Amino acid sequence: MVTGMQTNLPSVKEVWNWLDAVADPEVPVVSIVDLGMVRNVRWIEEDGDQTLVVTITPTYSGCPATAVIKEDIRQALQQRGLSRFQIETRLSPAWTTDWMTERGRHRLLEYGIAPPEPREQGSAKPVPCPRCGSADTRLVSQFGSTPCKAFYICNSCLEPFDHFKCH
Amino acid sequence: MSPQTPAPQKQQSFEYVLRLGDNCLILSQRLGEWCGHGPELEEDMALTNIALDLNGQAQNWLEYAAELDDQKRTPDMLAFQRDAGEFRNCLLVEHPNQDFAYTMARQFYFDTWHNLMLNELLDSSDQRIREISEKSLKEARYHLRHSSGWVIRLGDGTDESRRRMQAAIDDLWPYTGELYTADQLDAAILAEPFEPGLSQLKTAWLTGVQSVLTEATLQIPNSEWMQTGGKQGVHTEALGYLLAEMQFLPRAYPQAQW
Repeated sequence: MVTGMQTNLPSVKEVWNWLDAVADPEVPVVSIVDLGMVRNVRWIEEDGDQTLVVTITPTYSGCPATAVIKEDIRQALQQRGLSRFQIETRLSPAWTTDWMTERGRHRLLEYGIAPPEPREQGSAKPVPCPRCGSADTRLVSQFGSTPCKAFYICNSCLEPFDHFKCH
Repeated sequence: MSPQTPAPQKQQSFEYVLRLGDNCLILSQRLGEWCGHGPELEEDMALTNIALDLNGQAQNWLEYAAELDDQKRTPDMLAFQRDAGEFRNCLLVEHPNQDFAYTMARQFYFDTWHNLMLNELLDSSDQRIREISEKSLKEARYHLRHSSGWVIRLGDGTDESRRRMQAAIDDLWPYTGELYTADQLDAAILAEPFEPGLSQLKTAWLTGVQSVLTEATLQIPNSEWMQTGGKQGVHTEALGYLLAEMQFLPRAYPQAQW
């Protein structure tokens, strides 16, 4: 039922669902919502019109994916007919892997990336191999293929793997 | 920045934020020079990852500096259109890479300071400075872990690695005083909220450096004499060459668009 412009506006919940379909460009099995990068979605009134504001927080300061993600959000909103929106960046509180969803962690594991452990747990526990599950693994480099990952090798199955760093 | 902020204060903030941003930008450029030349693949990636973090931090600082700039320059103009004398980074970060030991000694000295400084800045009265520091600090911790690890590994390594690490630690030592010695601007910006932190910075830095060098079985340099000038725009010859490379494209093609 279409009764006018205003009622055509999607709900905040609907927008969250759209954003949940925006994949991380570096790790496409998880969405930007899974990663906890989307901090807020809200409608504001600007010059009498409703404007959507999406607030995102970058993962790492220099992550080149951040620019791509903003572009992907823009496209996702435009494709659904939205023209009045702003994408704002918020630095504080700083992004943490504790904001990652359970579904996101599960998807990482299935993809072959060891998910981040909760921060309070620290680095005391070994990072289990995402392939064979062995706890006998070793860190090769704190800096992996993207800023968010460290590089590991499993001593049991001898496969190398990425670990999404606890941050 | 709120319009009621008095002009001199704003100018001081601009200069101070430039210092923070220029340190990150210049060190990032130096580390980027290692791309494809790292001693092993993992290290190649580590150095460029750190370069990327610092580049992102530089971007955050220079975006803020641009907002404070009376001349209304954009962040890109600040990065690519200033000449050496207008840069406010400390001398240490412009020092050439030389070999891997020098690169790690430079990084270790810087990272030790960076962690302490960012931690102090979490209490800044300026919200933007607090926010950027909070974000940067999480990354700076990885950097310090990495550079300390190498100083220890090379110092407490073979005769050759130890000799070279010690040479780097000694040669770069005179460039470290600038990090923790406050000049008038540092004092003006940091004095009120930070007085205790600022005077303790030197002690905290020395303690941090000392503990790693001891573990690395390296001698702690005892020279008191320090180089100065970078923070005020008086740089070594090395910065000009670095800028020539970094700024070449936007200077040769001023209208170039990404």
